[in-house]
Parts: sequence; C-alpha cells; structure tokens
Amino acid sequence: MNGLKNDGISEIIDGKRVIVKKPELLAPAGTLEKLKIAVRYGADAVYIGGQEYGLRSNAGNFTFEEMKEGVAFAKEYGAKVYVTTNIFAHNENIDGLEDYLRGVGEAGVTGIIVADPLIIETCRRVAPNVEVHLSTQQSLSNWRAVKYWKDEGLDRVVLARETTGEEMRLMKEKVDIEIETFIHGAMCIAYSGRCVLSNHMTARDSNRGGCCQSCRWDYNLVEMEDGAEVAITQEGDSPFAMSPKDLRLLQSIPGLIELGIDSLKIEGRMKSIHYVATVVGVYRKVIDAYCADPENFTIQDEWLEELEKCANRPAAPAFFAGTPGADEQLFGVHGKKASHDFTGLVVDYDKATQMVTLQQRNFFRPGDTVEFFGPNLDTFNQIIGTVVDEDGNELDAARHPLQIVRFKVERPVSKDDMMRKGL
Amino acid sequence: MNKPELLVTPGSVNEIKKQIEAGADAFLIGEQRYGLRLAGEFNRQQVKEAVALAHEHGKKIYVAVNAIFHNEIANELDDYVAFVKGAGADAIVFGDPAVVMAVRETAPGFPLHWSPETIATNYYTANYWGKRGAVRAVLARELSMDAVIETKEQADVQIEVQVHGMTCMFQSKRPLLGHYFEYMGKSMEIQKRQGTQNMLLHDAERSNKYPIYEDANGTHIMSPNDMCIIDELQDLVEAGIDSFKIDGVLQTEEYRIETTKLYRKAIDLCVDQPDQYEEEKEGMLEAAEALQQEHRPLDSGFFFKETVY
Ligand code: SF4
Repeated sequence: MNGLKNDGISEIIDGKRVIVKKPELLAPAGTLEKLKIAVRYGADAVYIGGQEYGLRSNAGNFTFEEMKEGVAFAKEYGAKVYVTTNIFAHNENIDGLEDYLRGVGEAGVTGIIVADPLIIETCRRVAPNVEVHLSTQQSLSNWRAVKYWKDEGLDRVVLARETTGEEMRLMKEKVDIEIETFIHGAMCIAYSGRCVLSNHMTARDSNRGGCCQSCRWDYNLVEMEDGAEVAITQEGDSPFAMSPKDLRLLQSIPGLIELGIDSLKIEGRMKSIHYVATVVGVYRKVIDAYCADPENFTIQDEWLEELEKCANRPAAPAFFAGTPGADEQLFGVHGKKASHDFTGLVVDYDKATQMVTLQQRNFFRPGDTVEFFGPNLDTFNQIIGTVVDEDGNELDAARHPLQIVRFKVERPVSKDDMMRKGL
Repeated sequence: MNKPELLVTPGSVNEIKKQIEAGADAFLIGEQRYGLRLAGEFNRQQVKEAVALAHEHGKKIYVAVNAIFHNEIANELDDYVAFVKGAGADAIVFGDPAVVMAVRETAPGFPLHWSPETIATNYYTANYWGKRGAVRAVLARELSMDAVIETKEQADVQIEVQVHGMTCMFQSKRPLLGHYFEYMGKSMEIQKRQGTQNMLLHDAERSNKYPIYEDANGTHIMSPNDMCIIDELQDLVEAGIDSFKIDGVLQTEEYRIETTKLYRKAIDLCVDQPDQYEEEKEGMLEAAEALQQEHRPLDSGFFFKETVY
C-alpha cells in the first residue's frame, strides 16, 4: 500500500489515515425489484438494460416508465442509474436509436454504457446531458486507448477483464479519466466483443445479445497428422473445456482503492435478488471497512463465507495479478451449488407480535434452521416454529413460490431483509 | 466499373513473388507481436523486402497492427508505426485506437485501415473511423450480403470484404490449449503447443471441427468451414466494394496460390465479361472445392445466413 503522500486518495485525519476517494460500488439490476434490492443493500450505482440496444436480451429489461421509477428510487438513496446500451449495432439497428436514446435521457439516468461509436455520437447529439461510459465490450486494455477515449470526450471507461492491476496503475497515472473495472461475477473467457461462437454454432449474434455461452460447452481435442485425425481427448478423459472460474476480487479491494479506481463493478443482471443482496452487502462492508481504517484492515473469513452462500461457480482473481493459470478454469465440472438456498423475502414485521410476514422463495418447513440477513441487520439464525398462511391456517411447509406466510422470529427484522437456508 | 482489389495474405516474401504471378493486387503482412492471425511472420527486414518487391510490380503492402494491445506493446507502437511508414508500406491495418494515437503522433496522415474484425458492423461507425484517419473499413465477417452492400452505399471510406478462407470465431488472452494439457498432465504437449497449427476442437453435437491454436496474442478458434463466394461476386462488384480479401491463415502456400488464381479469373470475368462469369462461376466453385481438405467444407459464411439475437 502506498504511504502518506498526498495522492488524492487518502488523508490524515486526527493522526489516522483514512480513504477520502471512496470508489463507487456498482451493482447489476436486471429488474426494478433487483434495482431496489441492490440500492437497499448498499450499491452506490446500478446498471440496468433498456428494451433495446443492450446485450442481455432476456434480463427482464426496463421500459422507460420503469427506468423513471428506478431513477426516482435510487435518488432517495443518493444512488445513480446507468443504462447498458452496449451492442455493436448493425445498419438495421440505426433506425430508432435516436428515439431510444432520447427516452433514456428523459428517464433521468446518469449515464449510458456504450461500445459502438455510433451510439456514443448519437447520444451526444440527442441526449447531451447523459454521461457516456465506454463498455468493456471494447476490450480496452492499454493506456493509449484510454487516452483516445478521453480525448473523444468520454466520461468514463470500463476496462477489459484482461487488464492487470499494474496495467491499471499506468492508465491512472497517464490519463485523467474515471476508470471502472469488474470485481465480481461471471466472465467471458474471450476478449469481450471478439467472440462469435454463438453466431456460428446457433445463428445467434453474440454482439447483439444472442450469446449462448458456447464457451461453457464440452469439446474434444483432435490433432491432424498427415491428413488423419488423432484424438487427444481419450475415452475417459475430461473433455476440452474453456469455462473460466468466476471473478472474485474481494481480497484485492484494498489494492483497487489505493490505485484510485473510480468504480467497482459486480456482474450479473440475470442473477437473483438473493445473489445481488449478498454480493453487494459483502462488498459494501469491505469497501467501508477499508476506507475507514486502511492500516488496521484485514479480510474477514465471514465475508468470504458469505459470498459462498450464493456462489454457483468456484471463484478466482482472474487477470488482476497476471494471466490466470489452468487452475482458474473449470475442467470436468460446470459449476457448483451455492451453500445456501434463498427461502424468503421479508415483506413486513410486527413488533407487537414478533411475527414476520414473508414471501416464500424456496421450500422450507417448521423445524428448519434458517438465517436472516439484511442491510441493517446483524445476521442471526432462527429455528422456524409454527408457520401460517395469509388466512391464519397452519402449514406443514411453505411449498409455493411467492406464497405469503407468517411465523415468529426472535429478533426484529424489516422489509427487504432475506431468509436463507444452509444446504 | 471499378475492379476490386484482390488482397491476399502471403506466408513469406518468396510467396509474394508467386502471388503476384497468380494475380494478387495487395498483401496483408506483419508479425505476431503487432498483428493478428497472420499467414506468415514478416520481420522488419522482410517487410522492407516485401514493400520493394510489391512496389516494383505496382502492388500494395498493408501492415497488420491490429492486435488488442496491452500497455507494454502500446508503448512500442510509435517505433513500429515509424518503421512501417519508413519502409514505404501503403497502409496500417488497426483495430485498437492506440494505433490511431501513435499514428497521430508519429506519422500524421498515414493511411489506416480500420479492421477490428467482429465489431465492424455498421456504416456509421466505419465513417466515424474515417474521420479519424481510416481510409478503409474491413467489415465483420458476420454480416449479410445486404448489410455489406448497404454499408458500401453509405460509406465515405473504402470497403474491404473477406470473400474466402477461414474466419476467427474467438480470441482469448488465456493459453487454453496449454491449460488443458496442464490439467491433463501432458507436459510434453505443453511445450510444443505454441506454433502447433494442427489442432481441432471437435463439437460432436454439430459434427463441426474448429481449428484452434495459440500464439503471442492468446488462443484463437477458427470457423469450421472455409468461406467461399467465388460464385457470388456479382452483387459485390456492382456495389463497388473496393477490396476482396482471401484469408490464407493456417493454409499451405500452394493452396493460397491456387485460390488466388481462381479469384483472379473470377474477378476479371465478373467485371469484364459478366455473361462469361455467369457461365463459368459454377465451375470455379467446383475448382475451389477441389482444393479443400476433407475436413474443411466450403460455405458462404454469413452472406446468406440469417442471424437472430
Ligand atoms: S460464448 Fe463465452 S466467451 Fe463467447 S461471448 Fe459468450 S460467454 Fe463470452
């Protein structure tokens, strides 16, 4: 960690070094519900998809009305909303772009995340108040390209996932522009924007949101020798795979903060509210703890354990410290089960009766030990007693998704807290 | 009608001689350190020789500086750009905006070809790079014939289209072959994997085989078929496409030369004797098919294939 120089990142206050340049924690929000959860659990900003021009064709994308509602909600918490508009457009997509960007501008979002200069320039023209951030789809991996986009007037760039910490340092030194980088989630194994596996294998355009994750499939490796094929993957061998472990830079958050990175981004607009709440909650704690007292900061095991509760793939630091090795790919397995099931969302709590009103999200029954957590809640365990439905009928189990149920809890909880069950 | 340029990817200076005889008009060359998926390695001396040879015959040399750069090489770009200019090459082919920066500083006004492969997908963005020094856009291989023609109509820059050969489907920075061998405990294979160009990924479900290889730029996975539209040049010629490229990466010199001869004939006929072209195009397609290895079928790429998203 760098010391006491006046770096714009830290100051000495009352004899103690504290971080004054706190990075933004940027969370995915596939739906309005996820947006609200991300903001409630501590995101400083969220990114959402509109109904066109974004790369997740099935992430439950926002209408302009929903964008407005999301912006208003975020504002109450001082949080910002960005809209991913990061396809590489074809000619046929040009029609309608102006109207779309005007709509985004009118919805009041802070910025758009863009890959195609067509969209950059059009946004400038029709929605000049909207910030323009360069998407990771441009695979930006060197300082001179960063400088290029700075000179073009962009407000922020998102780096390629292939960028190392040292490379980020030089970019920050050489160019005065906001830098956003991924810290957590699933990743492309290819340079973003440079993979058209899905175009070939399934006739779906990956650079317009049609990716079928063909890189997660199994293949056999064959060698051509004098015109004959020789199998390298033998019967019984693990197939050839190129599926990367998920990114997890929890341990490198201090390093990223000291580098002066402006925005730390979590991947996953398709992920559940449980995932968003858990991951955002953990990184919120890590960032706050480090910024408050960097010299005495240590990584808590419980943070790592908490992330495991929603992780469905093993995780690794990817490129942060250099090109990742074979151990950062998945061979013979496609993932793992998270250690916990998301079982319910708190809708209400009655102080007088100590009864929680809960929306069921996964099966549970009386006698189960569950865990409650929330943005302002010290996580606690609870053995479930009698469970009743909305009409007060006793249930032998909560079986139905989104069913409203009630039972007694030992400690007060509040709306949007969550209940999960260990597996 | 303007005759489109026939651009090929030679493996060596010596091959350029033969390619000139075979009818090529222009050559894309370079070295792995700066260029992507090239048919051969040309060091600086060889680039100079290539330029001298090509210019002697009125042909052109374009130098590939189209890798995705990290800081280390981004810092070398001024030197390489200055070299390319000094060598007298006709253009620099780029994808990364770092090259635009280097050219602005070191060789202002030097012609650029914008070629970021998969992401060159619309005319507006082609013209955007035109305003920043590109005189040509090399279109993504994933576009339809109609999209290519519309792009040409709307473009202020020259348009280059690949008409033959394999296309890249995927580039990773990670050494994926090496990692697989390491996982399998095949240490011998790890050693020899770089420079090996005879590996295929077998996709059993689709009965496809994708060439895969590693080099300084990471791991590359290529299309299962070779694109060939030798029998479909008419519309492109009429639209005024400026350059037809045959990509000869991972092919033999002999294959490349024979293919050049076929396209030379096809382009000449198509422009000068369109009726004759109509008559002979089927035969030329058959001749192209005869050059293919058994595991490399020909198809028409994305020119006539619909893609959804
Ligand atoms: S197939 Fe894999 S590497 Fe390619 S775009 Fe999809 S997720 Fe990324």
